[in-house]
Amino acid sequence: MCLAVPGRVLEISERDGTRIAQVDFGGVSKEVCLEYVPDLQVGEYTIVHVGFALQRLDEQSALETLDLFRQMGELEAEFGDQWGRAAEQAGLPRPDLAPSMETVDSPAGPGGEAGPR
Amino acid sequence: MKYLDEFQDPALAKRLLDDIHATATQPWAMMEVCGGQTHSIIRHGLDQLLPDGIELIHGPGCPVCVTPLEVIDKALEIAARPDVIFCSFGDMLRVPGSDKDLFRVKSAGGDVRVVYSPLDALNLARQNPDKQVVFFGIGFETTAPPNAMTVYQAKRLGIENFSLLVSHVRVPPAIEAIMTSPDCRVQAFLAAGHVCTVMGTGEYPPLSERFAVPIVVTGFEPLDILEGIRRAVHQLEDGRAEVENAYPRVVLPEGNPVAVKMLEDVFEVVDRSWRGIGMIPKSGWRLSERYRAYDAEERFDVGDIHTQESSVCRSGEVLQGLIKPHECSAFGTLCTPRNPLGATMVSSEGACAAYYLYRRMSVPASGTSGSVPASGTSGSVPASGTSGSVPAQATGEEKKVTPVG
Repeated sequence: MCLAVPGRVLEISERDGTRIAQVDFGGVSKEVCLEYVPDLQVGEYTIVHVGFALQRLDEQSALETLDLFRQMGELEAEFGDQWGRAAEQAGLPRPDLAPSMETVDSPAGPGGEAGPR
Repeated sequence: MKYLDEFQDPALAKRLLDDIHATATQPWAMMEVCGGQTHSIIRHGLDQLLPDGIELIHGPGCPVCVTPLEVIDKALEIAARPDVIFCSFGDMLRVPGSDKDLFRVKSAGGDVRVVYSPLDALNLARQNPDKQVVFFGIGFETTAPPNAMTVYQAKRLGIENFSLLVSHVRVPPAIEAIMTSPDCRVQAFLAAGHVCTVMGTGEYPPLSERFAVPIVVTGFEPLDILEGIRRAVHQLEDGRAEVENAYPRVVLPEGNPVAVKMLEDVFEVVDRSWRGIGMIPKSGWRLSERYRAYDAEERFDVGDIHTQESSVCRSGEVLQGLIKPHECSAFGTLCTPRNPLGATMVSSEGACAAYYLYRRMSVPASGTSGSVPASGTSGSVPASGTSGSVPAQATGEEKKVTPVG
């Protein structure tokens, strides 16, 4: 849970007075709050924990870590289908999810499935 | 990892391992605090590449595992209410409460949702003004700032139907508790990198000094962990006890001051119970007076919780580093990821899950409690001595290694 994943800032916008970025994590794109690293710019890399940028990171370190995380299945663990994994682990059917939950529960949500592996 | 060529940089891995082998002249026991590090170590067999006497004791840094049973039961009760949308990270879904888990609450019709970020939960609260939206705010110092910011935003934007069920914990008080335990065998710590990304390293020198224990801040990747171990071994052999930052690419000495300031505003330090371990003074956070109205425990009357912990589960001893997972009689038999008795068997950061997943089924043949299975004890995992890649005796010519950071 304490894992922070490196990503590249694609674009920055403002919502409700808060800086929000679209960040790419090796093929998966997520909205990320920039309030804790307010001077982050488009094109820079940052490490992100549960939708919050926590620190700037150099490009080479970011790419190496992303590559390793992809190999280790960490990107799938972070961005993949949590209900499906829990169901498989429990040996139980995946619970029916209400349509309104698409944005947060579906692996096909914004950014789509975690990148190629 | 088992074989050197599986590392991202095999030559660097070999230099680090050679240096550790050349430096260690006696047994040392060090604790990796973070459950993410534990998984990396077991998954890659890092402990099996170390000299026989170097033991890695797995620490309590699995937030899912140490969340008190009483809080889990409260979460389950709140999540089952018809007027509630209960939001959580995915790794809480199967953590066993007294008689069920969030997955089963969902299957029984409760509106439980997995979110990527606590801000997703806040958005749900906006979109569903007729519902109470509760976010399960657990975790260490890394996860606390996102949750703090979310509550701050809820208050700023006047989103009243949002609340946080808080069970945050802090690493430094846990280190103090471990070092003052009469059973303590820990001689050095590998501190959790991303916790320090937020908090910096300033909390650690007083602990290192008071307990004469080296504390090396390191990351989660195999090479980072090896570099952390290498630095800890050097300190131990030199008789030094200092705080070192082996993860400077994401850990600044001052941490993230903006996040720390937010934590101080939104939270206040409290005594906190850790599942399987007990109360550790000043080891947790709860919402400060200013934000208390957003505390789910205040908003929902969930008194009268009667917790029932498994009588055979020894996860508390695992979390304190007193036993290795496979020394518990229930491990792999009564207790599996499918039917977990304790949270350490389901969490992606739990030591029991790591041992189960990577097939460390047998107790070390040496019989010493908690000793490192140095060779041939792990069934499917080839022992380091047979990999042919790591010489037991290093040449000693490569004293200087490239900093991993």
